[in-house]
Amino acid sequence: MNVLIYLVPIALALGVTALFAFLWSLKSGQYEDSEGPAYRILSDEDVKK
Amino acid sequence: MSEPLVTIDFSSFVRPTEQGLASMDLAIDGVDCAACMVDIEGTMRAVPGLVSARLNLTTHRLRLVWDANKTHASALVDALAKGGYRAYPFEQSRVELEETRRTQWLLKCLGVAGFAAMNIMLLSVSVWSGNANDMTPETRDFFHWLSALIALPAAAYAGQPFFRSALASMRAGKLNMDFPISLGILLALTMSVVETALHGTEAYFDSAIMLLVFLLAGRYLDQAMRKRTRAAAGNLAALKGEIAQLLDADGVMVAVPVAVLKAGDHILVRPGDRVPADGIILSGTSEMDTSLVTGETLRARVASGARVYAGAMNFDGALTIAVTAAGEGTMLDEVARLVEKAGEGRSRYRRLADRAARVYAPVVHVTAASTLVFWLFLGVGFHYAIIVAISVLIITCPCALALAVPAVQVVAAGHLFRAGIYLNSADALERLAEIDTIVFDKTGTLTLPEPNVINASEIAPELLGLAVRLAQSSRHPLAHAVARLATGAVPFDGAEEVPGAGVHALVDGMDVRLGSAAFCGAGVHLPASPDVSLIHLRYGNRHAAIEIRQSLRPDARATIELLRVRGFDVQILSGDRPEAVAPLAEQLGIEQAEGGVNPAQKIAVIEALRDQGRKVLMVGDGMNDAPALAAAYASLSPITAADLAQAQADAVFLSDRLLPVAQALDIARQSRALMRQNLWIAVIYNAFAVPLAIAGYVTPLIAAAAMSGSSILVTLNALRMRGLARHTEKPRVLPVRGPLTLAAGERR
Repeated sequence: MNVLIYLVPIALALGVTALFAFLWSLKSGQYEDSEGPAYRILSDEDVKK
Repeated sequence: MSEPLVTIDFSSFVRPTEQGLASMDLAIDGVDCAACMVDIEGTMRAVPGLVSARLNLTTHRLRLVWDANKTHASALVDALAKGGYRAYPFEQSRVELEETRRTQWLLKCLGVAGFAAMNIMLLSVSVWSGNANDMTPETRDFFHWLSALIALPAAAYAGQPFFRSALASMRAGKLNMDFPISLGILLALTMSVVETALHGTEAYFDSAIMLLVFLLAGRYLDQAMRKRTRAAAGNLAALKGEIAQLLDADGVMVAVPVAVLKAGDHILVRPGDRVPADGIILSGTSEMDTSLVTGETLRARVASGARVYAGAMNFDGALTIAVTAAGEGTMLDEVARLVEKAGEGRSRYRRLADRAARVYAPVVHVTAASTLVFWLFLGVGFHYAIIVAISVLIITCPCALALAVPAVQVVAAGHLFRAGIYLNSADALERLAEIDTIVFDKTGTLTLPEPNVINASEIAPELLGLAVRLAQSSRHPLAHAVARLATGAVPFDGAEEVPGAGVHALVDGMDVRLGSAAFCGAGVHLPASPDVSLIHLRYGNRHAAIEIRQSLRPDARATIELLRVRGFDVQILSGDRPEAVAPLAEQLGIEQAEGGVNPAQKIAVIEALRDQGRKVLMVGDGMNDAPALAAAYASLSPITAADLAQAQADAVFLSDRLLPVAQALDIARQSRALMRQNLWIAVIYNAFAVPLAIAGYVTPLIAAAAMSGSSILVTLNALRMRGLARHTEKPRVLPVRGPLTLAAGERR
């Protein structure tokens, strides 16, 4: 069962990374508008500049 | 309307940013698609000095950030107006800020609980399958300790919404649903830690955390729905675009948002404007329509020294008003005092879930205690007995029960939202479902809030067309009624308004006049009834008298009939004269109708009905209705209602129809039926699970399966409502008038 020694920390580290990614996305306001970004990606206006 | 764009002093809404720039939030009217979003942001990007413009498509709010040295707020709002979008700065209300903060917090808790649940499940599934195969006790203990390492901090953080609420309810002496939840989670965790330390085979870390995930998901959705409703209502309030013409110390007129007015300010109220704040007239005379304040439909003459209230419509003369604060023995004061007194009764309402919890919690706790005693009596040892007793508590932890109500609430609130009905209070749905008597206010509730032309069909079309085009050039409220007859009419060039008389213009060399009888040389015409106003049109030698009055909402008769068929007792309680109420009541077939009722009497009537054991729904819009709205078991207001009335209403509806009242009651009844069904599902689940737990057959695997199974079942049952409430129609939104309104023809 030695494999556990590194598999368990890897699994936990991945989970913690996902948690922090979520908390970051929450903090940066990505959940404030759940409809707009889907359409924003279709707009080229920012590219023309 | 060729109204000039007013330059408004927005300084009170502008916030400095950390980078030394200025920023402002605007509520935008007329954003209904993604193209609008791209259009608005594109329009704004072209404005020099603007740093960023970002529209939130969920809340329909635009955040602008600009360089204060290069441009200023009103230029930006003007740029939007030229693009065809009405914008008004707004500040998030304290309540809305609080809800936004709470929504974020719940989402954070849900994130943490979700992370913990996934990782613990990973370990638990290994243990479950390992127990059946060849996992060594050391590995199992290691996995249990790992689970504890994840579960304990996660539960301490993500469980806070429940722990806090349970503590608060304990202190208040009335236990709510969060108490058994918190107890269940804490006991499950404690027992699991003890079991792990004793090298036991069973730990309930997964159950405790999964419970948190389900419950938090329910709470978050509920909260998010409420936040969305609140944001929409906040936008509507902002988009009324209430702007006052403030006269500063030097007598110079500045346009300012109403929110910044304070007592002692002098303001100018022009003909066709609503009075923006309570005050005393300093100079000027005018006719005033106070129907939004008192329900009275006859206009009254006011002169200097008279007290006027916010919401009254100024008809024909410009008035200078000194703003007064509340607390000076005014009618507003009296109304506020009555509201406070009347509202006490409603706060005593106990929610369905809490009532269920009050029965549920003692039963569960007694069952667990008896289980413990029973197994001790059988002599299996204290350790085993306590494990079984706690497993009873875990399996009965009211996961389904706590989801039963919020799940339905979310779906129902979504339906109401789409039907144009915005819920104000969380328990409104439950109270609406119990209503048996409906009391309507007359003015602005059964009738449309704005006066309408009632004899359009009797007037020659070409004359009516002239009247509509001429009316575009007038600020008089009666002219607005004529102008609304057609959209896209073009005003005449060179039309001229004669204050207090009317408008005239030269058409094909002939004078066309719209206004008072004298102005049009029409001779004396008596209106058919005292609440009908006449506006005359003269074109050469042709003449027409246009009758205008506050008419019934288009579907008032049908809706009242529908409500009566459903078995509601419908009554009218109006502040207007009895002789104005009677014909309308007869037209609607309502027997019980009272007129000339003041706010205190309205409360008295509602309390008398309550003492007969009736559950009364009050539907009203005037400031004089506010106490009655607060006193009634449940209350509704149209969106055009006075602010004070709207603040007391359980829900606000957008439509210019009366149907939303029936829809709200329908949806409330359906949702209560579903809530009850859900509570029964929870009870039946327990009826199967509890005996198993008492017998000691519940393992962590069974607990996990049973709990998520029942939660999913309850949620699916709530979703059934989507199918049940298909008949809700899309609301027709009332046009909101304001200083930045562009005529329909000017919109792209």
